[in-house]
Amino acid sequence: MNDSVVWLTIFILSVFVGIEVISKVSSTLHTPLMSGANAIHGVILLGAIIVTGSTDNNLALAVGLVAIVLAAVNMVGGFVVTDRMLQMFVRKKPATKPAEGADK
Amino acid sequence: MIPTWAQLLYLFGAVCFILALKGLSGPKTARNGNLVGAFAAVLACAIPFFYGDLDHVPLIVAAIAVGTVGGVYGARTVQMTQMPQMVALFNGVGGGAAALVALLELHEIVELGGDVQKFTLVATAFTILVGSVSFAGSIITFAKLQELMTSRPVIIPGFPILFGGGFIGAVVLSVLLVHEPAMWLGIVIGLLGLLVGVLLVLPVGGADVPIVISLLNAFTGLTVAAGGYVLSNTLLLVAGTLVGASGTFLTLLMANAMGRSVSNILFGALKGGSTLGGGEASDRPVKSAGPEDVAIMLGYAERVIIVPGYGLAVAQAQHTLRELVDLLIARGAEVDYAIHPVAGRMPGHMNVLLAEAQVPYEQLIEMDEINDDFKEADVVLVVGANDVVNPAARNTPSAPIYGMPILNADQAKQVVFLKRSMRPGFAGIENELLFEPDTTLLFGDAKDTLGKVLSSVKAL
Repeated sequence: MNDSVVWLTIFILSVFVGIEVISKVSSTLHTPLMSGANAIHGVILLGAIIVTGSTDNNLALAVGLVAIVLAAVNMVGGFVVTDRMLQMFVRKKPATKPAEGADK
Repeated sequence: MIPTWAQLLYLFGAVCFILALKGLSGPKTARNGNLVGAFAAVLACAIPFFYGDLDHVPLIVAAIAVGTVGGVYGARTVQMTQMPQMVALFNGVGGGAAALVALLELHEIVELGGDVQKFTLVATAFTILVGSVSFAGSIITFAKLQELMTSRPVIIPGFPILFGGGFIGAVVLSVLLVHEPAMWLGIVIGLLGLLVGVLLVLPVGGADVPIVISLLNAFTGLTVAAGGYVLSNTLLLVAGTLVGASGTFLTLLMANAMGRSVSNILFGALKGGSTLGGGEASDRPVKSAGPEDVAIMLGYAERVIIVPGYGLAVAQAQHTLRELVDLLIARGAEVDYAIHPVAGRMPGHMNVLLAEAQVPYEQLIEMDEINDDFKEADVVLVVGANDVVNPAARNTPSAPIYGMPILNADQAKQVVFLKRSMRPGFAGIENELLFEPDTTLLFGDAKDTLGKVLSSVKAL
């Protein structure tokens, strides 16, 4: 099988998975979902590490290090901020129950 | 060549990312989904350190540390109201990183010479171009939302020529690059990408910026996917494609919720149908009242619906509002929050802001579920919102927001607007509802006036 066709297959199947997997999201979660997806593409950090680690040109090394910093900001910051958002969705449920009980 | 164990771990990472997205789309599983994604991303980035011969390891680790500290600091300190621009910024730097990675890979290709697959060069050019578009576009969105620049559409004379010229130029150079790889071509493509990115976002009006963030997020995803092809890395390809596809779909969902098409959002301002209206305050007569009057209306109402908007969050009045609602419920009223899909600055943003103020999830009712209840509501309290209850979206075909689904606040018996001034909302158009006889306006800072209403209700 042609190598390019294998890549194309992976690409097309991923498109369908990507759409299918979020197709039932409620609008409440649009913002965290966008933010989480944003963090996932921060995995370009992996690419930046590989490219930077295999260069022997000083300018390329400098550019690569900049790419690593940027990608790490994207990836780490993205996941942390998404978690911060989602924390708020989870925390309040137990908080309300005792309050309701106390009223009655 | 990547060793088999590493490839298998990449596959594992790809599956984790799919599960992460799946988790993120359900309220109960969202947090775990995000953690699964984070775990997979960290694992994936550790893999290259354990195979092959990675040079400059100390420098690389230092750079990762710098980025991590920066990212965590930004993510921890950002206020929830400023979330959208933070996401835009994270997205932008990701796009920038992808473009730089592709430039480095091009450098490698040029140095080594030899036989390179044409399609690899196509993907390289694509990554450089779209990565820079995403970077520059995101920076402009950030500037717009952070109000470092005007949030109104900016239209430069000769815009179509500049934009078209920049885009076509980049495509022509990409074709040249595929024929004869050269470093300068890559750099010029990147610069043109920056120009196109800036021009793409400038004419977009304030209210539509979040949709552009989502679109640029999808762009970055596709960039990462193309970068994965260039580097022959399946994980990058799958992760990037997942984000690209789901991001595009999410963009369409959001645009739908606002009743707008994506092309209209991007190019609407150029056709004259600006996404922002005049933005001027009107001097037509309105009925205004003091906090005590509003307290009486609320205190004796049986059914109250709260319509929260971005102004509420800006005034940091969520906690006071929640206290007021708790008090009304204790007095026997039925109170719910009506959440418009695009309340706040992004879809779902309002839920995050109210959740931060510990408002119970069950009181947040989505538009479709609550819209029929408005006609039975005694009082609708609109706090810092405007466009989402503007009947012009239903009645005035010439209005920029025409077609956007709105909350039926105008069907309620009484409407109370808490506003700072008569200035129009984010979309910059006048709201007819303000001039209705059943509408009462309470001017002032939301936190301040809500506090006064709260103490007046307590005194009833």
